[in-house]
Amino acid sequence: MSLIPLLAMVRKDLQLFFSDRRSVIVSFVVPIAIASFFGSIFSGGAGGNSEPARIAVAIIDHDGTAISKAIVADAQTDKNLKVSMPEENDAREAVKGGKITVAIVIPSGFGDAAGQALFGGGEKPSLSLFYDPSHGIELAMVRGVMTEHVMTAVSREMFGGAQGRKLIDQTVPQVQSSTMAEDQKKLLLEMLASVQKFYDREPGNARANDAPRGITMPYTVHEEAMTSGSNVAYNGYAHSFAGMAIQFLLFAMANIGVEMLLERQRGLWVRLRSAPVSKVTLLLGKAISGTVISLLILLVSFAFAMVVFKVRIQGSVTGFIGISIACAVMASTFGLLIAALGNSPATARGVTTLAVLMMVMLGGAWVPTFVFPAWLQQFTLLVPVRWAVDGLDAMTWRGIGITGALMPVAVLAGFAAVFWTIAATRFRWDEG
Amino acid sequence: MLTITHLHKTFGPTVAVDDVSFGVEKGQLVGLLGPNGAGKTTTVSMIAGLLTPDRGDVFIGGARLSGDTDPKKRKIGIVPQDLALYDELSARRNLRFFGALYGLSGAALEAAIASTLQLVGLADRIDDLVKAYSGGMKRRLNLAAGLLHDPDILLLDEPTVGVDPQSRNAIFENLELLKSRGKALLYTTHYMEEVERLADRIVVVDHGKVIADDTLDALQSRVAVVGGGKATLESVFLTLTGRSLRD
Repeated sequence: MSLIPLLAMVRKDLQLFFSDRRSVIVSFVVPIAIASFFGSIFSGGAGGNSEPARIAVAIIDHDGTAISKAIVADAQTDKNLKVSMPEENDAREAVKGGKITVAIVIPSGFGDAAGQALFGGGEKPSLSLFYDPSHGIELAMVRGVMTEHVMTAVSREMFGGAQGRKLIDQTVPQVQSSTMAEDQKKLLLEMLASVQKFYDREPGNARANDAPRGITMPYTVHEEAMTSGSNVAYNGYAHSFAGMAIQFLLFAMANIGVEMLLERQRGLWVRLRSAPVSKVTLLLGKAISGTVISLLILLVSFAFAMVVFKVRIQGSVTGFIGISIACAVMASTFGLLIAALGNSPATARGVTTLAVLMMVMLGGAWVPTFVFPAWLQQFTLLVPVRWAVDGLDAMTWRGIGITGALMPVAVLAGFAAVFWTIAATRFRWDEG
Repeated sequence: MLTITHLHKTFGPTVAVDDVSFGVEKGQLVGLLGPNGAGKTTTVSMIAGLLTPDRGDVFIGGARLSGDTDPKKRKIGIVPQDLALYDELSARRNLRFFGALYGLSGAALEAAIASTLQLVGLADRIDDLVKAYSGGMKRRLNLAAGLLHDPDILLLDEPTVGVDPQSRNAIFENLELLKSRGKALLYTTHYMEEVERLADRIVVVDHGKVIADDTLDALQSRVAVVGGGKATLESVFLTLTGRSLRD
């Protein structure tokens, strides 16, 4: 194979790419802009230390007892919630309008009923939650947070407050007259008697700051983000730049595939095919120029992220380069595939835009794949973008060594081989 | 210089070229005429290696042409009907690329670019982007791209479509000069007056077959004209191929 035509093919494609100002802007500037935006959302600042957004919650207290007031007070101090207290109708409208995520209605009689239900002696009251159906995950979180606050408030009042004392006094005769088994009834009455003794203890016997605390979470949590090291904060820009760079290099390669179809339409392949140049040289020239452009897009994006957002290759530099090259080769052969399978530039452009968007969406370039259903997470292993994004994540913020790059490189190379084979066998070589 | 023998090509049930044979000698321009769909472009495509014939052979200087990388393809230059140029690149960059496809590089390539652009009168616009060229200039550059590697045989597929009389005349002068330099030219067109002016011999094809292969004078003598004058080539052509529409 002569190198002169091969190098000429590569040089010409690079000249064409860089002569098109719009292509250059779309390929280099747009991914950086979008990745910066997504990175700022998902990392909450370069260090990842800023406060997360609170969930907007409305509480409507129709009860007005010590227990319901305590629930509201605890919720207002919760770092995960932003609590407001509108009228019920206003709260419903606010949820419907998307201004509030969840509205919690504490019905009249809730405190007394919850206190009695704590010991199994009464019917459980219900809290009404009106929620925005587009915020399902936040609803689950609010439900959990409110469970803690209700348990704490009810138990605190039952074991130390005036409302609790009154409820215990009311509960004792109810238990005595109940049809409960005698041995269980005896044990429960002994426990309630102990609680009454606890209420009647001399105030001097209690420590000054020993205010009733109720039932609390019996453990605390030590959280540690598992990044490349104990002193290394998660940098969300690493993921967003990987995702966006891959998305736009795929778009660039898809465009090269469409350009090949346009070259055919304009008669340029007549010149290429009439020259004494092999089919392999023609395709290889396109593949090399595509790989160079893809690699440039990826490296320029990461260089920007490193300089501006302090993204670092915490794992293997060799692995990072290996994954980048494998990803670039995969993308350029994807362009060849489009040129081979496309009927016309217009239809190919539409189909490939959809294909690229599907690949980057399923590959976790926009949102992490863990939010997908289990079957879909398995399915995304068939998407090359998934391997590219996971591989680059592994080499950057996860700080995994060269071993973490081997599988992504192998899989991406496999995809490239499949794309190349299909392109070479399906490409329409006849002209005229 | 160029000989084709018994070329045959089908596309599905359609026979595009059926046992076509003819030759073009050094210093000769052969006009290849035929109605739309007659098989002209398919014939030229097989000569240029763009299509593989089902049967038949193409000989360059007596040697059979075979395969994509056959060095004999260097002896053939093609000027397609389409303006096969990169609009976003300059003339110099276009020609550097097309020359490199034929193995030209370095000083030899630059010299070839300079002399070819001089020939077609575009030397002073060498660094302009092609998209800034007029239609006639693009046609001349299209011709230059086919001549760059100094081929012995030039295949021209309607090279003057859409150009003004000045550019057309310039192209004719270029072709006459090339003929005088011993090049073998195969010229397809629908413009009869171009063939009348340029062609040493005329091959007429229809329905994939050669129906006439002769000089202009001999073809004209086949058609009787009221008053005893010479028939025009157009009347000869219509007599040979009929008047029914082909599109």
